[in-house]
Amino acid sequence: MEILVLLKQVPATESMIAVAGDGLSIKTDGIKWVMNPYDELAVEEALRIREAKGSGTVTILSVGPAKAAEAVRTGLAMGADKGILIDPGTLQVDGLATAKLLAAAIKPMKYDLIVAGHRAVDDDNFQVPAAVAELLGIANISMVIKKELSDAKIRCTCTVEGGTKEVEAPLPALIAAQRGLNDPRYASLPGIMKAKKKPLDTKTPADLGLNPADLQPKVKVKALRTPPERKGGRVIQGDTVQAKVAALVKALHEEAKVI
Amino acid sequence: MTQNVLVIAELAQGAFRKVTFEALSAGQKLAAALGGDVWAAVLGSGVEGAAAQLAQYGAAKILVADDAALTDFVTEAYTNAVAGIIDQAKPAVVLLGATTQGKDLAARLSARLNTALATDCVALKVEGGQVTATRPMYGGKILADVTLTGAPVIVSIRPNTQPVTPAAGAGTVEKAAAAIGQVATKVVAKNFESGKKDLTEADIIVTGGRGMGGADFCTVENLAQTLGGAVGASRSAVDEGWRPASDQVGQTGKTVSPNLYIACGVSGAIQHLAGMSSSKVIVAINKDPEAPIMTKADYAIVGDLFEVLPVLNEEIKKIKG
Ligand SMILES: Cc1cc2nc3c(=O)[nH]c(=O)nc-3n(C[C@H](O)[C@H](O)[C@H](O)COP(=O)(O)OP(=O)(O)OC[C@H]3O[C@@H](n4cnc5c(N)ncnc54)[C@H](O)[C@@H]3O)c2cc1C
Ligand SMILES: Nc1ncnc2c1ncn2[C@@H]1O[C@H](COP(=O)(O)O)[C@@H](O)[C@H]1O
Repeated sequence: MEILVLLKQVPATESMIAVAGDGLSIKTDGIKWVMNPYDELAVEEALRIREAKGSGTVTILSVGPAKAAEAVRTGLAMGADKGILIDPGTLQVDGLATAKLLAAAIKPMKYDLIVAGHRAVDDDNFQVPAAVAELLGIANISMVIKKELSDAKIRCTCTVEGGTKEVEAPLPALIAAQRGLNDPRYASLPGIMKAKKKPLDTKTPADLGLNPADLQPKVKVKALRTPPERKGGRVIQGDTVQAKVAALVKALHEEAKVI
Repeated sequence: MTQNVLVIAELAQGAFRKVTFEALSAGQKLAAALGGDVWAAVLGSGVEGAAAQLAQYGAAKILVADDAALTDFVTEAYTNAVAGIIDQAKPAVVLLGATTQGKDLAARLSARLNTALATDCVALKVEGGQVTATRPMYGGKILADVTLTGAPVIVSIRPNTQPVTPAAGAGTVEKAAAAIGQVATKVVAKNFESGKKDLTEADIIVTGGRGMGGADFCTVENLAQTLGGAVGASRSAVDEGWRPASDQVGQTGKTVSPNLYIACGVSGAIQHLAGMSSSKVIVAINKDPEAPIMTKADYAIVGDLFEVLPVLNEEIKKIKG
């Protein structure tokens, strides 16, 4: 089985994010860059499928600057076979342009399944997986927490508001991972050593036959700002639990008017 | 292209989700600024009866795609149908709720129509004829103002962020010209916990963290029930196996903006705050006065949650009568 994984390098979730001087981007000094947490689930799931089948290839695709190769290498160290980094260079790409680059790279490839994360924790776009599937003309299944594969079909359990649903689609298909799908493995030391020798190709938009005009961002950032800092309010005082609770309920009822 | 705003309505078990009314309300303002009308599209099977209700939120025209193939939400089928409706209605803006299905549909549609998509927006306006949206990024640590280009542009709005403003619209109900075509993907089973409120739609959330000490969430559940709210969990509580992943609030869980968020035995790690700091009022109950959540909470009680919660439950029952 040929499995493709879509993976993005993002700031670690514990990072403090601050707006850079240009007001359009974030300060990058001091940021620890990691594989998007949902993409860890995607890599893990792809590896498990290959291991269960006993054959096949897991190929990682990522759109990002040269630095993003680190995240691809982490995926290779977990056990993926090869990586493709698509470097847009000076082009500013939005979610749709990212999807176009990925779809253009995937089109000539042979694949049975594409696994992505359901969102990237930097832009929180929730866009790339479904957009890639649309551009390739295949099914996409989102928020996947369980999957069952047969030769020509995939059946997934997906979280939806208030419950779950099961969706079935013919292969090839794209699935987007949600927490609960698996527990991603860590890269082992031998894995990290081996990853250094695994193939990692870099491609440009031109290599993929795409013209910068087709990749112009349709969503443009005008300004970034930090939301107003929440100020700590008041610690409710009282001699007994009863007194504290009574004061809290009074405040919520009469002052904040939320109950 | 018209200057109209088309809201894609969402039904859950036969009733419109609240976010649909929020989207229509936001749509009224946007349409007024653009000099157009708000239209609505309703998709499903046996939904014609429900559709007329949308006139109460300003819909001038309601396009209904009623088809057995739309009984369950399947991204490709809905994308086909909505693309057809857009072709017919030629709106300037397509608005959806940023729900599980709304986000999925919007993403696929953006690629189909080769147009701008802004997901999970918290504010919208028109500036110099162009739609500008504000959306949280980096788990809410940053707010981005973005401009969108395309015909139409697509915006999904975060539930609970837009006021609902009833307004009488003409509400003409029409059949939509929606060709669904052959779609092999299908929903084969559904599993809903009856009466379970989704966190993203709840007005009140009571969250338990590692301080709960175990899978017994009774105290938190009782309080949530008294308040008519939903139960949330920190990632630690989920990782311990005490709560399902779908209850997780935070940067890698759900982002919520309820009127009232009560965090019990939650320390307030940066990833947790990312998911709930846009709540209107935050209450923290923690035995550690130095816990980071205390500096973000509007009201805090320093104390043992097992002592505080039962008393709180009783006191709230009193005012609820
Ligand atoms: C990639 C990544 C993503 C993450 N995403 C998320 C996310 O989406 N959501 C999330 O929540 N976390 C997330 N985390 C985890 C986060 O960093 C914290 O570890 C987690 O939020 C801590 O959970 P907690 O507050 O329940 O536990 P703790 O930090 O252990 O805090 C427990 C609190 O309970 C209090 N307490 C204990 N007993 C009592 C008692 N009897 N009465 C009152 N108070 C008591 C303690 O004083 C303490 O403040 C993520 C971490 C990583 C690395
Ligand atoms: N630059 C990228 N390169 C590769 N995959 C990406 C990229 N951006 C997003 N993805 C994939 O799409 C998922 C959702 O991202 P997003 O739509 O940006 O929220 C991620 O979890 C990845 O699997």
